[in-house]
Amino acid sequence: MAVTSPLLDKKTADRVRAELETGGKDRGELIFKTMIGATLAFALLVLGILLFDVITGSWPVFSERFGSFVSRGTRTSAEETGIFQGLRGTFWIGVFVVVVTFPIGIAAAVYLEEYAADNWLTRVISINIRNLAGVPSVVYGILGFTVFVGLLKGIYGDVAFSQGNTIMAGGLTLAVLALPVVVITSSEAIRAVPSTLREAAYGVGATKSEVIRSHVIPYAAPGILTGTLLSLARALGEAAPLILVGAVQGKLGPKSGFFELGQLGEKFTAMPIVITHFASQPGDDWQPVASAAIVVLLLVVLSFNAVAVLLRNRFEAKRER
Amino acid sequence: MTEQSSSRIDQSAAVAGYASALDVEPKGPTVMNLDQVSVYYGDFRAVRDVTMPVYEHEITAMIGPSGCGKSTVLRSLNRMNDLIPTARVEGSISYMGVDLYGPNVDPVEVRRRIGMVFQKPNPFPKSIRENITYGPKIAGIAKSEWPALVESSLRSAAIWDEVKDRLDDSALGLSGGQQQRLCIARAIATKPDVLLMDEPCSALDPIATGRIEDLMQQLKDEYSIVIVTHNMQQAARVSDHCAFFTTEVDADSERRTGQLVEFSETTRIFSNPSDERTENYVTGRFG
Amino acid sequence: MAPNPERLLRANPRRQLKERLVKALVAAAALLSVLISIAIVASLVVRALQFVTGLMAPTADTMDEATGPVSLWNLVADQWAPRFFEFGIGTLIVGSLLVTVIAMALATPIGLGAAIYLSEYADARVRRIVKPILEVLAGIPSVVLGFFALRWISPNLVQVIFPSAGGQNLLAAGLGVGLLTIPLIASISEDAMASVPDALRQASAGLGARKRRTTLSVVLPAAVSGLVAALIVAVSRAIGETMVVFLAAGASGNSAQFTANPLDRGSTMTAAMASQASGTDGTISELGFNSLFFVGFVLFVITLLLNLLADRFVRRVRQSY
Repeated sequence: MAVTSPLLDKKTADRVRAELETGGKDRGELIFKTMIGATLAFALLVLGILLFDVITGSWPVFSERFGSFVSRGTRTSAEETGIFQGLRGTFWIGVFVVVVTFPIGIAAAVYLEEYAADNWLTRVISINIRNLAGVPSVVYGILGFTVFVGLLKGIYGDVAFSQGNTIMAGGLTLAVLALPVVVITSSEAIRAVPSTLREAAYGVGATKSEVIRSHVIPYAAPGILTGTLLSLARALGEAAPLILVGAVQGKLGPKSGFFELGQLGEKFTAMPIVITHFASQPGDDWQPVASAAIVVLLLVVLSFNAVAVLLRNRFEAKRER
Repeated sequence: MTEQSSSRIDQSAAVAGYASALDVEPKGPTVMNLDQVSVYYGDFRAVRDVTMPVYEHEITAMIGPSGCGKSTVLRSLNRMNDLIPTARVEGSISYMGVDLYGPNVDPVEVRRRIGMVFQKPNPFPKSIRENITYGPKIAGIAKSEWPALVESSLRSAAIWDEVKDRLDDSALGLSGGQQQRLCIARAIATKPDVLLMDEPCSALDPIATGRIEDLMQQLKDEYSIVIVTHNMQQAARVSDHCAFFTTEVDADSERRTGQLVEFSETTRIFSNPSDERTENYVTGRFG
Repeated sequence: MAPNPERLLRANPRRQLKERLVKALVAAAALLSVLISIAIVASLVVRALQFVTGLMAPTADTMDEATGPVSLWNLVADQWAPRFFEFGIGTLIVGSLLVTVIAMALATPIGLGAAIYLSEYADARVRRIVKPILEVLAGIPSVVLGFFALRWISPNLVQVIFPSAGGQNLLAAGLGVGLLTIPLIASISEDAMASVPDALRQASAGLGARKRRTTLSVVLPAAVSGLVAALIVAVSRAIGETMVVFLAAGASGNSAQFTANPLDRGSTMTAAMASQASGTDGTISELGFNSLFFVGFVLFVITLLLNLLADRFVRRVRQSY
């Protein structure tokens, strides 16, 4: 008797084979995968169109008058206008975010993760911070107008160049806007610090502040840095709060140097405001300058984003090893 | 409550150095004394009524089944329990006659004098040298003394020869056994009197374990050591005195609470224990 | 060594002072966030109340020749035109609703599809490349998308499909806002799907389910809390988005007729605020100016409720796995 005699007749065997060997070529499966793949492709396509549109749109400006475009202030003619004051304002806003938000945000995260007892006050603070992160940016503009513009008006008075709508008010407003994201991301980074590391430091007689300064913060630093860079990028791209605070759309008066501290008490504008102004001018001749200003802003914002993402991916990979 | 504990300080100060309140023969000077110690996490009493001494220049082992509270007691000896917000200690733990939980006692000072080695090696993610110098640095020891301290600590921990040529390499590059000896070196760099070891070999292979055990024998000339271990053979091999803990169902809370069954010389615990539960445990009939 | 029991283990007063100081500093930083929330609410409420009482008690200054003295009835006017004391807030709410519905209609399928693809289908290599690109999309400032909606989406899509539409319309603005919320939906949903345990997928596959069936019947239901949270956060973001609508929907001059037609010009709560503050109308009455705060308050309450709701869903995800 043949050992290999088939268990089944040939017809049944063929049917079983056909059922098993569909090769995953189920049509519904294929359609589904194509559809969700298409959604992703759509998102990437839109990004591609957007970048292509602004880069080609900006080309006439960059190729013909890059120098004057970045060194001039805003003028009333599209052929002569520039983004110097916008760049200057955005730079100083960045300074405010770095100097005000980063230390306060990281300190608040340290309090919530390392000091705060589990009580109602702590819960109120952390719910409050999560909600602040979801408050529309234009509402921060109202806060900036009422508190900072009002306050600075009291300090400088109406006799100064401005009526309180200064770069200081704008910078502080965006510093406040960026704060919740810094607190939330820093808290997450601090929470990821292993407790064995803290114990090791306490075990040799370190005080709480020493443990935090020499072990917790250094270990959490990459995560904190990622969060702070993302929040900085977001703040630099915000326009709505600055409109409420009274950033100047259009021609801006006296021209201080880029790094002059005196301008902190003067009227100001910033890149997103300059773009808003260019984009809302009637007529096609403003399109190239708007595109060019956008390319400059994107370069700034996206490079901060890219550094943050790269940093995070690198450290995630390193920690997993 | 405060009055009571302050009178306790006076008492233990009066008997400082002698285990007079205990049912074992006073043997030598003690460095620590535990008197009716209970540790709570919130309402839960994790371990109750522990009374035992820690003799100077000896190795004291704490053994017992899981959940019997031996690690909890160990961590209350240098106030590491303070890091858990709900943890609370009742009774008195004295060190050189001073109540560790007295009103003017700073837990940071406690930990500088009573060092700790943890279950899993936990070197700082820094260089080998910085791991050693961190303790002296925060203790305010002059920078000029650090190099000598690094060498003497690493020598004492029997790891100097292996790392002397790469002191500035990351400590995370060392093997598990080397990391644990580095952690011991780090603990003795602050010149403590007592070393607490919480299952220091549980994450190590037998060879590395043997080296740590040899090291402990050398260290006890200078330090008093308290070790928690799961490994009865280890306790029998290394310790001079032994405390056996077990769990019982608490009558008040109906939860499992640890308690000290017997404290005695190690040879007696393993050859002729006075409590039946101890005998069952060390002969392997339980746990 | 003979230690002095009196001084042994005593705290170093200088060190203790330092510890207390550090704790006080970081606690102050955390409490600052509560102060910010209070300041936001206060800056909204004070003038919003002044606005309502101003409506209830008309003066000679708030008399309109055509409509007579102002009253609370002005809140239900059929247009939003603070200059003429027409405070038909329904116009703005419907505008915000239209923009949000359009944005979600675009962003929900695209964002969810992209999340499903990344979480269930993409291999590690694709994920490593595509996720950072989506993060780039998330980092694009809204003013840039506003420009894109106005100068590309409107002429190349909306006006091609609907020739009757003007250059500025709510549909283009809604699509622009939708693009903004795609990465938000994608990233929160992907996190939710990633937290579904692999054991569930394997159990489903073990029963002979294909990937599509596993995804639709097992992964998505298990992740539903996170997906709902993603959508709520996106709605909140869409309602709070300012610059895209400000540029693309035609809110300048701060007047808008009531409309439910997405091809019309229109305004939203946010755009009306920015428009009011843009300073094109320096001679605005106090009542008109205060209307900005009233709108801001309504916006704040709506987004706050949405954020609290989303927070509940997010926490439900954390509890279940």
